[in-house]
Amino acid sequence: MLKINNLHANINGKEILRGINLEIKAGEVHAIMGPNGSGKSTLASVIAGKEEFEVSEGTVELNGEDLSDFAPEVRAHKGVFLSFQYPIEIPGVTVTNFIKTAINETRKAKGMGELPAKEMLQMIREKADLLEIDRKFLSRSLNEGFSGGEKKRNEIFQMAMLEPQLAILDETDSGLDIDALKVVANGVNKLKSEKNAVLLITHYQRLLDYIVPDFVHVLYNGKIVKSGGKELAYELEEKGYDWLK
Amino acid sequence: MGKFTEDDLKKELETKEYEYGFYTDIESDKFPIGLNEDVVIAISKKKNEPAWMTEWRLDAFRIWKEMTEPEWANVRYEKPSFQDISYYSAPIQKPKLNSLDEVDPELLKTFEKLGISIGEQKRLSNVAMDIVIDSVSVATTFKKTLNERGIIFCPISEAIQEHPELVKKYLGSIVPKTDNFYAALNSAVFSDGSFCYIPKGVTCPMELSTYFRINEGGTGQFERTLLIADEGSYVSYLEGCTAPARDENQLHAAVVELIALDDAEIKYSTVQNWFPGDKEGKGGVYNFVTKRGLCEKNAKISWTQVETGSAITWKYPSCILKGDNSVGEFYSIAVTNNFQQADTGTKMIHLGNNTKSTIISKGISAGHSHNSYRGLVQISPRANNARNFSQCDSLLMGDKCGAHTFPYIEVKNKSAQIEHEATTSKIGEDQLFYCNQRGINTEKAIALIVNGFGKEVLNKLPMEFAVEAQKLLEISLEGSVG
Ligand SMILES: Nc1ncnc2c1ncn2[C@@H]1O[C@H](COP(=O)(O)OP(=O)(O)OP(=O)(O)O)[C@@H](O)[C@H]1O
Ligand SMILES: [Mg+2]
Repeated sequence: MLKINNLHANINGKEILRGINLEIKAGEVHAIMGPNGSGKSTLASVIAGKEEFEVSEGTVELNGEDLSDFAPEVRAHKGVFLSFQYPIEIPGVTVTNFIKTAINETRKAKGMGELPAKEMLQMIREKADLLEIDRKFLSRSLNEGFSGGEKKRNEIFQMAMLEPQLAILDETDSGLDIDALKVVANGVNKLKSEKNAVLLITHYQRLLDYIVPDFVHVLYNGKIVKSGGKELAYELEEKGYDWLK
Repeated sequence: MGKFTEDDLKKELETKEYEYGFYTDIESDKFPIGLNEDVVIAISKKKNEPAWMTEWRLDAFRIWKEMTEPEWANVRYEKPSFQDISYYSAPIQKPKLNSLDEVDPELLKTFEKLGISIGEQKRLSNVAMDIVIDSVSVATTFKKTLNERGIIFCPISEAIQEHPELVKKYLGSIVPKTDNFYAALNSAVFSDGSFCYIPKGVTCPMELSTYFRINEGGTGQFERTLLIADEGSYVSYLEGCTAPARDENQLHAAVVELIALDDAEIKYSTVQNWFPGDKEGKGGVYNFVTKRGLCEKNAKISWTQVETGSAITWKYPSCILKGDNSVGEFYSIAVTNNFQQADTGTKMIHLGNNTKSTIISKGISAGHSHNSYRGLVQISPRANNARNFSQCDSLLMGDKCGAHTFPYIEVKNKSAQIEHEATTSKIGEDQLFYCNQRGINTEKAIALIVNGFGKEVLNKLPMEFAVEAQKLLEISLEGSVG
């Protein structure tokens, strides 16, 4: 589904990704770990098409299609979803209005009409229940004054609504309390299928107990320096990153 | 409150007499350029006005001649040459039309673009409407329904003929001829506008609205609106404005006077979309408007405005809170793009005890535009326990535009409670990327963010118009982020 070949990316000439190779197949869960500043969020942003980053070499392909010419919204329409490490506030725009706009814009791009209000409402209820989100929460301004954990849960709510092919979760676990982590992980697991894939970015092995990865990769200084199975996460938890340098 | 079905509307339209008929915008009866006493007299004559009105105008003209244009506003422009403008233009009358369907489609399109079409009028059958093209009112709908309740809603030219006692009593009572340069000019040459009177204790069963349109080139438009809400009455009024795109600047100098007698409430909403000039800043309407309302005891006046048009906007809808316990409100969204300049705000003059005012101003600037909020909160020595809350927020797009805030606060009574908050924010790349990532393109994202920013004000608009106003915001910011 996702194929990254020798990806190099820089911001203002500062090279951050230095030749990344990664392949994720439908139905798989991959985890990326690595020290602060190693380029994990950058990789996520580049896959999502953030224009501040310049791709100097390499490609990102989704289902065999090179994404490089596609704007971020087009990538989203094609099924790329990014749960932000730091979700952005949009004052005055309610969670409901935002997700409604996102869904209808995506449908429009696919040549479909707007989702009827009744179905939209039903879907919102269903997914809010799945993630144990209070209805009142949905009429608040997007991310404004949300606690760290609320922001993360809301990201996953949006993911649940948009049903992406490829979900990239950038440190969704940070900021969640233990109960919330279980709820969110459970939500992600419920949405997983043979047709979609998940890329988890995390610092903690704990998340991987709940969402079990097929592969774990270590990103260091803009490169994947080691890949392995789930057990690699335990090894990192124990030894840190020094031994990989 | 009466509910009107589409059928009721159809019937009403069938039986309705068009006092002026519908006019086309192609041919028009237009005065030669220039302004002197003869022109003022000629305007008055054209309208068949009584002598007292002619005198009133001449007096205003003499006052105006001695005045100079104000320069304190934060706007730069080439001053209009007042002798190069034609002061009267009316579409030449064509045969009477039988229904609104026969309205010039060009005109319909224009109203549609403004956000409220005549077609819309059919659907939203609880809106009565007056249409002023260039200088003349061309249609007033729902007259009969309103008449039954004793509500007068008609062109001011008609009110001068039919209700001289009301006009004489109130015209110029809130905005005197001497008030300012543009108000004096308007008093001398105003050609038409709307007049509205709500009798004691009557709640107006529908929105009243007026559409103003400048069509002819080289003309100025000077409307005069006078709205009187008698004791214990309620009315919600909406005005919309458009003008075609022209290379030259066009002058629009209107005066609006509101009178809310004891326990009355007036909600006055404006959706202003005069031609803003092109991308290079060429052309556009100079919008110099004086709007003021007087509140007697327990009365309330709310001004809500969505200002997206005009090259220059100079406008401060104000409230004189004369009666005890009276309330003044000002909710504003002003959008400037390209080379537009807006200097707008309000004055809240607290004279009575326990008077209360609220000011919510949202300025959005894009392109090379400048957007200023200018507001005065004045608490007079005898106004005990007056309260004001002001909030002025600015949203900037790009780094070539400017937002400015000029709050003036004059408190002469120690019991006053005044709160002022101001914020300035930018639409950030991060916000846009976040929206993009959810499948929302940049244009739509801006609309979403801007509507969120202006929400408190948009919520104050009559429901029927809120959606349209949102669309208008979208249109006026098109292409504002490259
Ligand atoms: N806009 C930017 N301008 C300059 N440098 C940047 C920018 N964005 C990221 N970087 C730099 O790129 C490097 C990688 O950042 P990135 O956010 O991808 O790290 P990360 O692996 O996600 O770290 P963390 O675990 O702390 O989230 C860091 O050194 C960071 O300072
Ligand atoms: Mg990161």
